[in-house]
This record gives sequence, structure tokens and C-alpha cells, in this order.
Amino acid sequence: MESERKKRKLLTLAALLISGGLLLLFTFIFDSYQLRIVNLCGIYITLGLSLNLIYGFTGLFSLGHAGFMAVGAYTTALLTMPPQLKEMNFFLEPIVPWLANTEWSFLPALLMGGTLAAVVGFLIGAPVLKLKDDYLAIATLGFAEIIRIVFTNTQNITNGPLGLKGLPPYTTIWWSWGIAFVSILFMVYLFKGSYGRAFIAIREDEVAAETMGINLFRHKILSFTIGSFMAGVGGGLLAHLMGTIDPLMFRFMLTFNILLVVVLGGMGSISGSVIAAIVITVLMEYLRFLDGPMNFGLFKTNGIPGMRMVIFSIMLMFVILFFQRGLMGNRELSWDFLFRKKKTLNDAVEGD
Amino acid sequence: MYILRTDNITMKFGGLVAVSNFNLEIKQNEIVGLIGPNGAGKTTAFNMITGQYTPTQGSIYFKNEDITNYRPYEVTRLGIARTFQNIKLFKQMTVLENVLVGNHLRLMSPLLLSVLRTPRYRREEKHMIEKSMNLLKDLGLDDVIHEKAYSLPYGKQRRLEIARALATNPNILLLDEPAAGMNPQESIELMHFIHDIRDRFDLTIFLIEHTMQVVMGVCERIYVLDHGITIAEGNPEHIQNNPKVIEAYLGVN
Repeated sequence: MESERKKRKLLTLAALLISGGLLLLFTFIFDSYQLRIVNLCGIYITLGLSLNLIYGFTGLFSLGHAGFMAVGAYTTALLTMPPQLKEMNFFLEPIVPWLANTEWSFLPALLMGGTLAAVVGFLIGAPVLKLKDDYLAIATLGFAEIIRIVFTNTQNITNGPLGLKGLPPYTTIWWSWGIAFVSILFMVYLFKGSYGRAFIAIREDEVAAETMGINLFRHKILSFTIGSFMAGVGGGLLAHLMGTIDPLMFRFMLTFNILLVVVLGGMGSISGSVIAAIVITVLMEYLRFLDGPMNFGLFKTNGIPGMRMVIFSIMLMFVILFFQRGLMGNRELSWDFLFRKKKTLNDAVEGD
Repeated sequence: MYILRTDNITMKFGGLVAVSNFNLEIKQNEIVGLIGPNGAGKTTAFNMITGQYTPTQGSIYFKNEDITNYRPYEVTRLGIARTFQNIKLFKQMTVLENVLVGNHLRLMSPLLLSVLRTPRYRREEKHMIEKSMNLLKDLGLDDVIHEKAYSLPYGKQRRLEIARALATNPNILLLDEPAAGMNPQESIELMHFIHDIRDRFDLTIFLIEHTMQVVMGVCERIYVLDHGITIAEGNPEHIQNNPKVIEAYLGVN
């Protein structure tokens, strides 16, 4: 038993080292375009997990993710931009004085972005988490739009529809994937513990969960706030990868992309979200050739813009047809396939 | 000294009076039944006691504490656990996890410590798992601990629901039709089981049941509801011979 646990630990460590090595290799052999995709994969893992925590694990159908990302992205960007860059950006109306001279380093700015997103998540969640299913979705969607409209109109804080340009490119592979790994670890340990079980219980049956003594409101808002925090951090990373942000970036389509990661990967599966985040991000880029001119031998097309989305949607339909609960369902990848045998009482007590 | 007492509780849904002036008095370690024809308001009475509904009038006292306006989770924390008429398990979770959820309300560590798995949290979790394992063994579910709840046969699902309720360390257990869907043999086993858990966990039991064999066999006192009104109260023999009860169940010509 002891040796098996040790083996599992070694295998996990090896997997981590191999992925770290791969990332290091990527920084040498990939060009900047490919590196950007690798970065996006890491960010989408964090974002996918954050929505999976809220929707897949706790069962709160929230469509407000783009709003929380916007809060995180703008906060991080405004805190890290050097003063002269701010002056260049805010040419229509000068920036408010208390923001004009702040220049934080990346990590505290990211954490601040996450924290503010969490505060906004808490303030939105407190009144609307009483709602269920579709009603909750509509309410959160509305709030996300409100955030976006507010950002469009607060010219002297967010620079309005002009957006922020020339953000320092802080997001590297180590940042995006480092935070992705932290998010994965956080989720794994959260759902090994009692709070994770309480979240899943709420998803499975609210009435029964409350009868088990679980304070529904407290647990729902916990899950929602943590998810918003992760979304805010993800937004900050995305801002410093893109280099430019404006309110239009945080429309419903962005929430939809993350929802796609959650549903395709499997609601309530951490490994599912990780796999889906990578697959979707890579496919979205590499199916681009479909938009270009194609030669079918018999006839030629001279490029149909949007063709890749058609193919992508068809692929999506196939996945949904054949894997109704997403690629992973609610299962997880583990080393179990190497040590296949009946679990015993001991296992459960010690955990693995 | 009553462990659970209600004082003229009434529940109205718009113009419909589901339960009216219901007075309940249960002593420590009693097994009390609540019967009545369909739609008599039995489950509504349960829902008021456990906080799912707030009574339109009247008050509920548990160990002399007024719990009328408490939320369901607060009621459970005080020591009132219940099961449901239509089984409400956490279907995608394993048998062990279902029972562990019942332990969550006594957890002291905050969320962050559970993620960091500090020694204090590990101790709590270990204690939780050992307690749940013993409970499952006591209830004869130890052969299915790692099965998903939905995959259990019906009888075991009922028993798991009771196990999960017991995990919250209740003083009083409310069972909503525990014998529903059971054959006569299983019903007899259930009677023994109810007596057994009462003695082993030092419980008071309040149950709704339609199977007369179970009600008369296990309950020490019975309340009869009809259209929300308490039409009789007393020991099983008294109830069986009460003309009003016979009328409510069989009708008159």
C-alpha cells in the first residue's frame, strides 16, 4: 500500500517534470505565433477550471464569466502600465489622478485583479444566487453586460471604447502555465476534501444538501467568489498576452468559449477541462487553413471566411452525439489504470 | 419534558389550509407515527418541522428552543435529521461520500486549510472517514462503500438515506415513508431496523407511514391527520378502534 502511494507520487512528479520540460522545449523551438497558442492553452485551463468550479461542480449555471475577466484584465492592466504609457493611451480624457502614477509589478497586479473580480463576484452573487438554472444564467449574463457597459463609459478610468493599448507583454509560458498548474492543484485538493464534496452535493440535490446541514448560501457564494477570482486572474493574464484590451473583447462570445471548454471536457471533471482547453485552443488556430483558398481537384474555392467555424461546429456536434456528458464525463484521469484493484477500507482512510 | 413540541402550527398555501392547528408532543426516545390518507398534510407537517416551510401560524420547539423560523441547515445542526418520501441521494457520489457529506456540518477547518491539507484538517477528515465507515458497517452497507449511490438497489438506497441522516448526529430522526415500495418481508425487517437504530443511536423517531403493519408494529404513539386536521391521537390499539380514523380511511356509507 505504502509503495503504491509512493509510486503514484513519483509518477505525478514525473508527469509534472515532463510537462515542464516540454514547455521549456517549446520556448526554444516554437516561433512567437506558436508560443502564443501555448500561452492561450494555459490561460484557458485556468479559465475553464474556474467556470467548471461554478457550473460543473457546484451546479450554478453562470454566464457572467466575461464580466469577471474584464474586471481582472482592466485592473491588472491599469496597475502595471507605466505612467507615460497611460498618458499616451488616455488622450481623449486624462486618467484619474490616483491611477496615473501607479506601476505595480505583475504578480501583485494579477492578485489584485483576481481580488477585485472576486469582490464583484461576491456582490453580484449575493443577490442572484437564490435563483436557479436558466434564471441564474440570465441574471449573471445581464450583470456581465452591465460591467462591460460601465467599462465602456468610464472614460477616465478604463479609457472607454478606445481600450488600453501597448500593455507590457508580461505573460510568458511560465506565468500562464504556472498559474494553470496552481489552479489544477487547487481544484484537485479542493475536491479531495470536505468542501468539494459539499459543493458537489449542492449540485446533486440542493434540498437534500441543505437538509444535511450545509449552509447553501455560504457554500454557493464561496464557490462563486473563488471562481470569479480565478476568472479575474485569467483575464489579467489574457490582457498581458494580447497587449490590447477593449470592452468589446469581453462580450458573451468569450463566456461561450469557456463554457465550451467546460461542457466539452465534461462537467465536473478537472482533467476534462484541461484536455478540452488545450484541444479547443489548438483546433481554433490550426483549422484556420479552412478559411483560406482550397483546391479539391475538381473545383477550387478562393477562401470562405468562417469556414473553420463550420467545421468546428460539425466536430462539436459529433462530440456531443457520441459523448453526451463531454469527453471525460465526471471522471478524472489518474494512475488507477496502472494499479487496478479493489479499493479497501485502508485506502479510503489514508487517501492517496 | 418534550424533545419536540409544536404549538398549533398551521400551514396555508393561498386559500388551501394544508395543516391546521397541529399540536405535537414527542418525548425523548419515543417512536411516534404520523398517518393519514393521501393529501392529509403529513409531509407538510414534516417540512414545517425541518424548516423547509415556515408555518403561517404557531411555533415549533426543539428542546425548548423556538425553531419556527430556522432554515433547514440550522435545524439539522441542532439535531433534527430527516429522510424524504422520494429518495434524495447525491446520485453521482459514492456511498461513502454521501455519508461524508452528512459530516460536513461539524467541520471546523475553513476552506483554505482543507485545500492545504493542514494537520488539523487531516485529523478532522480522518475522524470523519472512520466515523462514516463505522456507521456504514453498522447499517450493513459496508460491502458497497465505493459504489455510486444511483447503482444501489432500492432497499439499500433507503438505508443509505438513513445512514446519511444519522451522520449528522441527530437526536431525533424524521422518516418520511421509510417502507414505501417494500414487500412485506422487507417491511418486517425495517421494523426491526427502526427499533434497532433507536436503541443503538439513542434516538427519538417520528415517522410517516402508510403500511399499517409497520405503523402498528413499531410506533408507540400515533397521530392521525385528515385534510390537515388532527382527528385522533393515541396508542396503536386506540387508533385502530377509533371510529373517526376508520371513517377517514374506509369512508362511511
